[in-house]
Amino acid sequence: MSDVLSVVTERATKQQDGPESPRSVGWTRSRRVRLADKQNPLPLDCGRTIAPVDVEYELYGKLNEERDNAILIVHALSGDAHVAGWAADAEELGRPWLKTRPGWWDTMVGPGKAFDTEKYCVICSNILGGCYGTTGPASIDPETNRPYGLRFPVVTVGDWVRLQERLVSYLGIQRLLAVAGGSLGGQQALEWALAFPDRVDSVIICAAAARLSDQGLAFNAVGRHAIMTDPNYRQGDYYDGSTPDQGVAIARMLAHITYLSEVAMNRKFGRRFCNGEGPGFHLGVDFEVEGYLRHQGKAFAERFDANSYLYITRAMDYYDAAAWGGGDIDQACQRIKSRLLLVSFSSDWLYRPEQTKELAQALYRNRKLASYVNIDSSYGHDAFLLETDKLSYLVRCFLEGGEEQ
Amino acid sequence: MRENIRNRWDHEIIYELIPEGASVLDLGCGYGELLARLIRNKEVQGIGIENDFERVAVSISKGVPVLQADLDEGLPGLPDHFFDYVILEKTLQAVKKPLFVLEEMLRVGGAGVISFPNFGHWRVISSLSSTGRMPVTAELPYQWYDTPNIHLFTARDFLDWTRANSVRVEYGVALADGEVVPFDEEYSDRAEEVLFMVSRS
Repeated sequence: MSDVLSVVTERATKQQDGPESPRSVGWTRSRRVRLADKQNPLPLDCGRTIAPVDVEYELYGKLNEERDNAILIVHALSGDAHVAGWAADAEELGRPWLKTRPGWWDTMVGPGKAFDTEKYCVICSNILGGCYGTTGPASIDPETNRPYGLRFPVVTVGDWVRLQERLVSYLGIQRLLAVAGGSLGGQQALEWALAFPDRVDSVIICAAAARLSDQGLAFNAVGRHAIMTDPNYRQGDYYDGSTPDQGVAIARMLAHITYLSEVAMNRKFGRRFCNGEGPGFHLGVDFEVEGYLRHQGKAFAERFDANSYLYITRAMDYYDAAAWGGGDIDQACQRIKSRLLLVSFSSDWLYRPEQTKELAQALYRNRKLASYVNIDSSYGHDAFLLETDKLSYLVRCFLEGGEEQ
Repeated sequence: MRENIRNRWDHEIIYELIPEGASVLDLGCGYGELLARLIRNKEVQGIGIENDFERVAVSISKGVPVLQADLDEGLPGLPDHFFDYVILEKTLQAVKKPLFVLEEMLRVGGAGVISFPNFGHWRVISSLSSTGRMPVTAELPYQWYDTPNIHLFTARDFLDWTRANSVRVEYGVALADGEVVPFDEEYSDRAEEVLFMVSRS
């Protein structure tokens, strides 16, 4: 089992900067702000409005006097606002897991790092419908005084970005220097370029494309099915009792496979047995890869709300940048004014490099200032979190290139 | 190869050839020097294509938009006649499918600007005939086994291709004895390197 645990923690301990490290933003505290209320509700793509909406966000570095050095980082499916440093408020937020590791893109954000907090003011907020401080299905519905559950409206990537725009405006920022994200965060970054072309200079899209493939839709569907058929799910109204942890764990196990690659899994597990010897002749967890997935599923169920998982994967399904062009991606890209960096990873099979490249080609056909790079990596989709040496170098080059112009 | 600063004569000629405000695709843009200058000084709309990560990154740091791709896969996704000029600066000899790359160049571009080392230069010919070994010269400094120049051809070979494919040569210059002179096919063995601007008639 110790081998399995070392594999599990490998990702967390890789090049970790402690809270006292000069390369860390150090101890962080999340902030909260109400960005929609009864008088000023947030209109949603589904036709409904929502209020109140509270947003949890974090902010590192200083906003300069011109207020033009802000970079918005947007998180992926299971992410949160805690993008860098060490959460001083892990305990009070009821998220003890934050004590064991720095923020999810700590290798990219900090003093002297690619998103240099000495130079830039870095902002990250939790998405609408999430479960890390921003209003979501576990929040209290003012109409019933009970958690929303399935009464929570179906939210979209567009809704998330419009809410982020409210946050940016609240912080007094007219124009963002950059918006950057990977995976579902990459979709949000793209949506920023489309929805607010005049409010962002540079957009960095990693491990993402104009839309999710049918294969991706299929994986999300199975994950949701696992949750919704968990006996504890009870139509999403489980907040006063046992939670559908089994379903969430299965959804996560399945999704986790799609974040890795065959090569990465082979390298990590090499068909090794948990007992280190050979077949145990039982049907339980026998291979290390099984133990690893079990652990991932269980840990995730402890930290993620089942309804949030349903709503967020649905937003991921619905996202299609071509919607801005009536279904035509070329027409959609016309609106874009930002310069863009598109990064794919060679072994990513959730958002394949070809799909990212196709988006780049649509941008070129519109004579947009876009660059496309396919980073050679065996990490699969997760590479945007792991291949950060190469990614850092590229991001630095791209931000530097923006100063050239 | 492109990073050889000493051999940048063609770089200067191309810089002068491209008019202000033109749209330009640079195939094998290297570290992006040429495009960066064209974008900055001549308000050119430029895109580079390059396959090497380091070169792509450096180009991007200069504000040059770059598509990382393998030229041998062609230029899918880019429409016909999309660029005023397509540049192939000392790149053609290093691709696997030179004719395909040339066709793609003429498909997406109004004109193609191409430079390459002339394997028909007298020093190359005499070196080969006197030693019986593949020549190693200042322009072709590699051994046969490690050269990135996998398709060596002469200026005359290239001109044969243009004639056989209804490609018009608009302009031709050569580097001969360290000087840039108009290209003359009769004396093509004096050309160490050549540069042609071609278009489909």
